[in-house]
Amino acid sequence: MDTQTRIVNIVKQVAGKPIDPAPEESLFESGALDSFTLADLVTALEKEFAVKIPDSDLTPRKFDSVTRIEAYLQSRS
Amino acid sequence: MAFLRALGAHVPARVVDNAELAPMVGADPAWLLHATGIEQRHFAGAGDTVATLGIAAAKNCLASAGVSAAEVGMVIVASGSAEQRFPGPASTIAAAVGVSLKPAIDLPMASAGSLFAIALAAHLTPVYGNVLVVASEIMSRVVRMNAIGRDTAILFGDGAGACLISEDTGFARIVDSVLASDGDFAEALRLDFDAPLYMDGRSVILQASRKLPRVIAEVLERNQVKPGEVGTYLLHQANLNLITRVAQAVGAPEERFFRNIARYGNTSSASLLIAAEEWWRAVEKPLTAPIVLAAFGAGLNWGAVLAKA
Repeated sequence: MDTQTRIVNIVKQVAGKPIDPAPEESLFESGALDSFTLADLVTALEKEFAVKIPDSDLTPRKFDSVTRIEAYLQSRS
Repeated sequence: MAFLRALGAHVPARVVDNAELAPMVGADPAWLLHATGIEQRHFAGAGDTVATLGIAAAKNCLASAGVSAAEVGMVIVASGSAEQRFPGPASTIAAAVGVSLKPAIDLPMASAGSLFAIALAAHLTPVYGNVLVVASEIMSRVVRMNAIGRDTAILFGDGAGACLISEDTGFARIVDSVLASDGDFAEALRLDFDAPLYMDGRSVILQASRKLPRVIAEVLERNQVKPGEVGTYLLHQANLNLITRVAQAVGAPEERFFRNIARYGNTSSASLLIAAEEWWRAVEKPLTAPIVLAAFGAGLNWGAVLAKA
């Protein structure tokens, strides 16, 4: 499974509703994420990708789309 | 040693429910309740100031403690919404309460201000005797009360709380505290001069969702207290959803997290003390389990205090 697919699966799981986000689509503007599910998303990403995301990196913009999440995770690897 | 001895609170008489607030900010009352968990809040009247609300809470606290103003050795006042740059409300409150010629210190810190004040007072009471902590806020004057400011206007209310910290007597002994600040996110929640309150809600919630459970865990772990052994968690009443998520992350029963945000909204630094006062008046004494106080807010500043019976 490629990285984007894994991210999309996590977003779907966290959003708790049927969504199919495009890679560049804003997850906030589309309603897939809100302030609270964003925190859940970060926790789920840490678990799925075995990465520790420091608080200093926790800016919503980094997690606003599947593409941005992927770029962030690549920067951490 | 230091003890939580007594609490006091005061909120303005005017109650603003969602039906009244919703049209002001272009929102539906049902959505407002769903989004915030807030049913009503209190708004200050024209004659109210941060100091007058604080004075009422302070007097209420001293009366509850049965302590005279002459027995108070220091006053610390937290507020993020004081009307002027200086002096802050501390000296006015101290004078009005009758605490004269004793240090009255302002802590211009929203949200977590009262928690920081309690933690500092615990260290200062051996030197200064009884320390009166007050937190007072008039948030309704610092938000945009219209559709543009909707996302913040719906959250806040006005009020004040107070807590007396004593060296040798009280209902709970302050065992430990953990305080922290992170200036990397100072811009996320701020009140500039001559501007309405700004809040990057996503950043603030994201940071709070991680930092609050962590700091609670830290103060518990280093005192060998398990989350389930805590009788009551008293949190800054910022957001009902946040409190629920903190409870889940900490791993303690949700019902042990005291909540009164539905009736007061987020009163910033005052909210912790307003909640604590309400809990304290109702709880059976003496306490049989530890309590945890915790708060998070602008700065970013956050922390937790552990107290035991």
